[in-house]
Amino acid sequence: MPLTLFEKIWNSHRIIEGKNQPDLIYIDRIFLHERTGSFALKSLKERDLSVKNPKHVFATMDHIIDTFPGRGDETLMPGGKKFITTMRYLAKEFNITLFDIDDPRHGISHLISAEQGITLPGSIVTCPDSHTCTLGALGAIGWGVGSSDCEHALATTTLSGIKPKQMKVTFNGKLNEGVNPKDMMLHLIEKYSASGGSGYAIEFSGDTIHMMPIENRFTLCNMAVEFSAFTGIIAPDQKVFKYLKDRPYSPTNNWSENIKHWKCLASDDDAVFDKYIEINASDIYPSVTWGLSPEESIPINGKIPRANNLTNHEKNKDMASTLEYMGLKNGQSLMGLPIDAAFIGSCTNARLTDLRSAAKILKNNKISPNIKAICTPGSADVKKQAEQEGIDKIFEDAGFQWREPGCSLCFYAGGEGFLPQQRVITSTNRNFRGRQGNGVRSHLASPVTVAASAIAGKIVPPQTITKQ
Amino acid sequence: MNWSSAFIGVTAPLLIDNIDTDQIIPSREMKTISKKGLKKGLFANWQYVYAKRKKIGLNKDFILNKKEFSHSSILLSGKNFGCGSSREHAVWALIDFGIKVVIAESFGRIFKNNCARNGLLTIELTRMQIEYINKLIKKSTNNNLIEIHLRRKMVITSDNKKFAFNIDPFVMGILLKGQDFIENTLLKEKVIDSFLKKDKIKRSWAHL
Repeated sequence: MPLTLFEKIWNSHRIIEGKNQPDLIYIDRIFLHERTGSFALKSLKERDLSVKNPKHVFATMDHIIDTFPGRGDETLMPGGKKFITTMRYLAKEFNITLFDIDDPRHGISHLISAEQGITLPGSIVTCPDSHTCTLGALGAIGWGVGSSDCEHALATTTLSGIKPKQMKVTFNGKLNEGVNPKDMMLHLIEKYSASGGSGYAIEFSGDTIHMMPIENRFTLCNMAVEFSAFTGIIAPDQKVFKYLKDRPYSPTNNWSENIKHWKCLASDDDAVFDKYIEINASDIYPSVTWGLSPEESIPINGKIPRANNLTNHEKNKDMASTLEYMGLKNGQSLMGLPIDAAFIGSCTNARLTDLRSAAKILKNNKISPNIKAICTPGSADVKKQAEQEGIDKIFEDAGFQWREPGCSLCFYAGGEGFLPQQRVITSTNRNFRGRQGNGVRSHLASPVTVAASAIAGKIVPPQTITKQ
Repeated sequence: MNWSSAFIGVTAPLLIDNIDTDQIIPSREMKTISKKGLKKGLFANWQYVYAKRKKIGLNKDFILNKKEFSHSSILLSGKNFGCGSSREHAVWALIDFGIKVVIAESFGRIFKNNCARNGLLTIELTRMQIEYINKLIKKSTNNNLIEIHLRRKMVITSDNKKFAFNIDPFVMGILLKGQDFIENTLLKEKVIDSFLKKDKIKRSWAHL
């Protein structure tokens, strides 16, 4: 029977077939962070249960720690220190590898899980974090769970779940100038709604994806959860194998044999998906969100939809309160809308490629006065490499703060937020109400759009600056 | 929570689509490594009135702050309830407040799983059924009592309309028997170990 990439991996990990019940699935790697991982370990300890295979469990600090230079365990987050010290203490007690704050391998879990070669093609990895889907870019199943399921995985090396339906999202063609994978996902989610992927595992394919560098593929898979998908995945190719070779935890033996095996993981030509979506890359433009859900986005030169164009009554009501919160009006254009702050960071857009492309725009430019602009590289390794290339200087000379790695202002991590009613252009993944601080108006965009807008002091597409 | 008999509770309508777990409990409200006391942070953006970033009092207009709804145990919402962050604190905060059931058009996957793991019942009804209940409650708050029969898979409104719902038999079993997920799987440890033994040979690259 022809199978999809996801099905091949799922089936090879199935310990017990559930029939009408969930399957019992073997989990290759578990990644923890101090906010939810500390919970899971504490609960295991209280129940006197053990971690079944500590060699396959890794932990980092990213959700609670702050990102100020010279940081330690103290954060602005009330009670935050306790999460950090608990994570450290329990990692030691359970014999789990922890990439602590001062470790050169430290960073946001989804970045370092790839950087360290912990996630491999054809594997299933879990983390008590919804953005675990990011790792699908390596041809793995990234399965985001809550604390209880994580505890289950720690104690048993398994998760139980019903195999999701299969969806194939194909992007074909060349991307327009200034278009980033972030724009591709905002386009997809706007078109098919924030719950459009609900119940599905999504395979991204098409020549746009094949041509895409590996780092950009992480952004694509990262936003699968914003589409409500079970996960996002891309068939592993030479770029993936090259990326993983000689990483610290990558296998050292039989590399060519492994590649042979991983290559077989691609979906069969005649595999049947439950749903197909095809998108022409040339239809995508640099985009920005105007509302409180990632589905509420428009091309930067577009206009916010008018309420009377929407048919659903309840939706109208939401729209009014959304627009009131955002300080915007029906039919308004976002182009030229003044901003108070700019943020480049998060598991979505804080890799070297992201920082390089933003630096290209920032070089020999200054951000608009009175704007607070912050960049947090996604990992210590990204930060080090960026600094070797002089990217930190470009950011700082432009007027950006250059921070330590962590989740940072994506969601008030480290107890740090923007101020009420401040308008922020941000390279993160969620424009939820109050996500970046109470009353904060967040506009999601790609790192190049964020960089260009920071210079302009208002929302502009990236080409505005590059063309100057 | 004993789900073997009918449950009757006060229902609070919060009919907004895409209520994410950041709304249910913002990051800044997750202050301790404990599941208790999280109700203080439940819907914090709506529960309180703020001046700058400081809470200065309760928001009287928020439904769960209204007298008739302050003892709600059932929440009625729209599409994609609990989407976003995987934080299980969202479920613990709802439970800490006293919520036993969430009825919505659809749910975020991880949130729905987290509910099942903590004995919180999630019920999916159609938009029309949800709006029917909403209208009924808007007409008179006396209509806010709803009856839930898990065994019969039935929601019964105050005017005796019966809405059937589907539930994963596995989750139903867990709710009815109060089974522990981990204990349940640990009973299968022999099967897991024999899988592992074979897998170490078959996929040696995956084992450290």
